[in-house]
Amino acid sequence: MKKIKTEKGFDFIVTIILTLFSFITLVPLLYIVVNSISNPELVYQGEIFLIPKGITWEAYERVFMDDEIIRGYANTIFYTLLGTVLSMVLTFTAAYPLSRKDLVGSRFLTLLFTITMFVNGGLIPTYLVVEKLHMTNTIWGFIIPGCLSVWNVIVVKTYMQSTIPLEIQEAAMIDGSSDMKLFLRIIIPLCKPIIAVMVLFYAVGYWNSYFNALIYITDESLYPLQMVLRKILISADMSNMMSSAGGAMESIAQQSMLSESLKYATIVLASAPILFLYPFAQKYFEKGVMIGSVKG
Amino acid sequence: MKMFRKMKKSRQLYLLLLPSLIYLGVMCYAPMYGIVIAFFDYIPAVGLQGSKFIGLDNFARFFDSYYFGMLIKNTLGISLYSLVVNTIVPIILALLINEVKNAKFKKAVQTISYAPYFVSVVVVVGMCYSFLDPDTGVINSIIEMFGGESITFMGENTWFKTVYVLSGLWQGAGWWAIIYIATLSGVDPSLHEAASIDGAGRLQRIWHINIPALVPTIVTLFIMSVGSIMSVGFEKVYLMQNQMNIQSSDIIATYAYRVGLGSATKDFGFATAVGLFNTVVNLVLLISANYVSKKTTEESLW
Repeated sequence: MKKIKTEKGFDFIVTIILTLFSFITLVPLLYIVVNSISNPELVYQGEIFLIPKGITWEAYERVFMDDEIIRGYANTIFYTLLGTVLSMVLTFTAAYPLSRKDLVGSRFLTLLFTITMFVNGGLIPTYLVVEKLHMTNTIWGFIIPGCLSVWNVIVVKTYMQSTIPLEIQEAAMIDGSSDMKLFLRIIIPLCKPIIAVMVLFYAVGYWNSYFNALIYITDESLYPLQMVLRKILISADMSNMMSSAGGAMESIAQQSMLSESLKYATIVLASAPILFLYPFAQKYFEKGVMIGSVKG
Repeated sequence: MKMFRKMKKSRQLYLLLLPSLIYLGVMCYAPMYGIVIAFFDYIPAVGLQGSKFIGLDNFARFFDSYYFGMLIKNTLGISLYSLVVNTIVPIILALLINEVKNAKFKKAVQTISYAPYFVSVVVVVGMCYSFLDPDTGVINSIIEMFGGESITFMGENTWFKTVYVLSGLWQGAGWWAIIYIATLSGVDPSLHEAASIDGAGRLQRIWHINIPALVPTIVTLFIMSVGSIMSVGFEKVYLMQNQMNIQSSDIIATYAYRVGLGSATKDFGFATAVGLFNTVVNLVLLISANYVSKKTTEESLW
């Protein structure tokens, strides 16, 4: 009898702690969404916490009129699509041969890949190479450096080795299909779950990255969204958003009042696409992280 | 001869590997060769041939510089602080989630806990600036509500590391717990049954069954972290850094960026030496951690 009671008590405490944890995790995100749709004046006065007041889309309208943000958004969508395709092709074409234990030199080749996880040239030597290839101030400067993650190659390689045993592949080889056909017609279709994980990882990576843009891109018309965000959120430079607001002159006081709301609306617009997407891929990426942890 | 025939048969596989090998050659191995500029008084306009070989002078200059001690202290400080917090909290979180019996509640907690991981560092740092603002920030409003005094979190040396680590924890706790949760789900249920027949309570079972089951995973992840202990993420520190907190926020990576690309002087040779020092220390730490772990727990990366 006593035991059942303590069991219940234990479950109760676990539930409380986890509910609290979930709440703390969600509050900052909720706070931003609620403030982004509330009356800017109340937001500025710090009146809004988790219940919106005086709902208005004013901040969003402003953000949508900002040509810098729109351009950043368009750039990021383009970079993310192109970059993800490139990364996926590189990752899977690398992972499959490395997964074949019957390939002469596969151990050495795998070593060539893994070394780069622990040793690298560092910032300046990499910069000099990128510059020499004339990739600075082009979209390639943003996409190419780091477009292949060796860690991901090893995850995919491990996945292939554990789910598609060589024996099955040998059966196909006896049928006379070439390695290339085998890769395209049998391996790739069987890799769907890991493809989903990798697309998510790479796409999120491109969407959220700013480092390459900071180092290699100085032409603002090529800036991805994160660089525009950096200017708005961290340097607190909202001159563009203020001046593009339909030409209406506003006092400094009005502008600073609006600035908080604009920041929140910008954050929502920049993060929403990914936050809406990831729950759909959740069951896959848990698997992906797992395979990664079992190591190659 | 047999090997040659085998290789010829696999030519399509080598062809598949070609693009990624070219990538590695150009983007990883060529820059590794570029490390030699650390030993030169490198002048970009004339290249390596025209620059003067100065041996270890760049390194000596770095070790003697006023910043050296501070950079090491900050890099290690931030790294160890976040290593400890970001190991312990996800483990506790995983142990708790593992105890939940209601599948829907479990799923909900997990889905929520991953969300911040997908927010970009620019946004996270932007949120820090906004929430921690001394005048308009919500955190300071709460502090003042309870009669405290507003704190300039982002502009004080004493607060920098804590803000860095806690915002990182908010972002990653749920994500880093995934591996531990998965490991726990692999624990043999008969162990728990046997233990509860012997009268072991929930806490005792967590202590004697679940935590020991996590040890190999903890050790593996720990070795990996030790190997990157000197490479605190540049991206976030750089965004959080400002003139007011630079005494505690300047790390080797941000310093290398500043002397190499961020300033007008662009001292490439010196910046490369600083970066190389970082890489070498990391490598030594990784190899030693792996060695110690192999000797003591028989867990190792290779």
